[in-house]
Amino acid sequence: MGKDGFEITVNIAKMFVIFLMMVQAVPILVWLERRGSAFIQNRTGPNRVGPLGLIQLLADAVKFLFKQPFLPAKGVAPLYYFAPVMALIPGALALNSIPLSTPIKIEPFEMLGQMWGPYTFLFQGYDIGIGIVFILGISSLGVYSILLAGWGSSNKYSLMGAVRGAAQGISYELALSLALVGILMVYGTFSFKEIVESQQGVLTFMAFGKEYVISFLPNWGIFYQPLGALIFFAATFAEANRLPFDLPEAEGELVAGFHTEYGGFNLLLFYIGEYGHMMVASALLATFYFGGYSIPGVTPEEMNAFWMAKVASVNGSAILTAVTFHLALLARVAIFLWIFIHVRWTLPRFRYDQLMSLGWKTMLPWALVNVVVTAIWLWLGHRA
Amino acid sequence: MNTVVAAAPSAVGLLPVIIMIFILLAFGAVIVIGTSLLGPKNKRNNPAQLMPYECGVPGTDTGDSKISIKFYLTAILFILFDIEIIFMYPWAVRFMDSLKDGTGGYMLGVMGVFVALFAVGLLWEVKSKALDWK
Repeated sequence: MGKDGFEITVNIAKMFVIFLMMVQAVPILVWLERRGSAFIQNRTGPNRVGPLGLIQLLADAVKFLFKQPFLPAKGVAPLYYFAPVMALIPGALALNSIPLSTPIKIEPFEMLGQMWGPYTFLFQGYDIGIGIVFILGISSLGVYSILLAGWGSSNKYSLMGAVRGAAQGISYELALSLALVGILMVYGTFSFKEIVESQQGVLTFMAFGKEYVISFLPNWGIFYQPLGALIFFAATFAEANRLPFDLPEAEGELVAGFHTEYGGFNLLLFYIGEYGHMMVASALLATFYFGGYSIPGVTPEEMNAFWMAKVASVNGSAILTAVTFHLALLARVAIFLWIFIHVRWTLPRFRYDQLMSLGWKTMLPWALVNVVVTAIWLWLGHRA
Repeated sequence: MNTVVAAAPSAVGLLPVIIMIFILLAFGAVIVIGTSLLGPKNKRNNPAQLMPYECGVPGTDTGDSKISIKFYLTAILFILFDIEIIFMYPWAVRFMDSLKDGTGGYMLGVMGVFVALFAVGLLWEVKSKALDWK
């Protein structure tokens, strides 16, 4: 295996590992969701299988594998079977394009009697220059899996859930993409990497031609775009079909919505898609508004020097630095995922007309106001 | 001319995405086909089991029933607004640079007209009750 072969193998393996990361987060999140909801509702929740009930979902997954497969009588087989596969695609593609940590620079090293390197491995599946546009395009594909499932099942609950889901998804996508215009104006780039890098350091902003520095706050996007962050956060709930926006699967009205006719592992694929969407939303929220993988007050060079003093190996400290920054991002993602779960078990569900009027008549105008105010503020800020 | 052009995504740049799509399709196919092989077969072919689920009562309606026209209207309005928002993206990315090279006022005015049209369109939709779900 040559030098390039090694690099290509690592890069492909990396994409698969990030995808598996998303898949294996699902049992943990489902456990957290069931356990958390139990505590919120003063119950115990799953606590028998394994320590604290952690193995419960593993047992469920094995059970799911051996469920009887069936196609509803009037179901459309290609659509019915393709929908769960389609549910995986947006989450995994989007998660792979988000930088999860600093790039790892590997100096030449010797292994198996051969010199390898130097390499630079990005801590992400792939770096597309126009990351934000790519993410917006990919995450809209989530609507297809809902629609295919609803139409393929030939069940009126499924179809109603699917149509609701599609209408809701596209409505909130407007507010979501408009909220990002503010971020683009502030940072002037489509690249996630540059957005994260410009959030390092302390809060610095321009007002009326003068530069102000607030040294006790990190340079995070939320201080430039508080309204945009709120709109983005609320819209991601609707995009991920989570309560209070889970009208596509409102149990009281539609049994289980678009996945009424699904069972076994096919249903689990929808869950992987939904939790993947939540993870992407949390990672994006962290990247745009909470400094991404950066740690306030510590630059990557300082972190590298710290690890260099500990392990005294160039490649080892490069990897440890990337892992440390990755943990910083994961901590933020974990907090947002917990907020997602907590909101689900705290707020009641909207009525459908309320949901649509919130999206079109409240969030869309406010997102527009955010764009106008940001533009005028930046213009005033740069006038001497 | 020594202009700096941002690297456009080429087919080679998108190769990892295509590989990833194939990985996902393969993973999904293995799971969907695998579960249909692993699970017990429906030998008796019970028609009641295959009926569209409707809380246990005989079905009154199939999935191809009529859908409220409001959903179609929402989709049409979405396309209009989505395109308008996408037009703001290149402008927004360029805005900070133009503030620094002194053309910020012009950029602001141009987008002001566009946003005003956007706002009038939205206001007209609200007034014409296109967004009411009654």
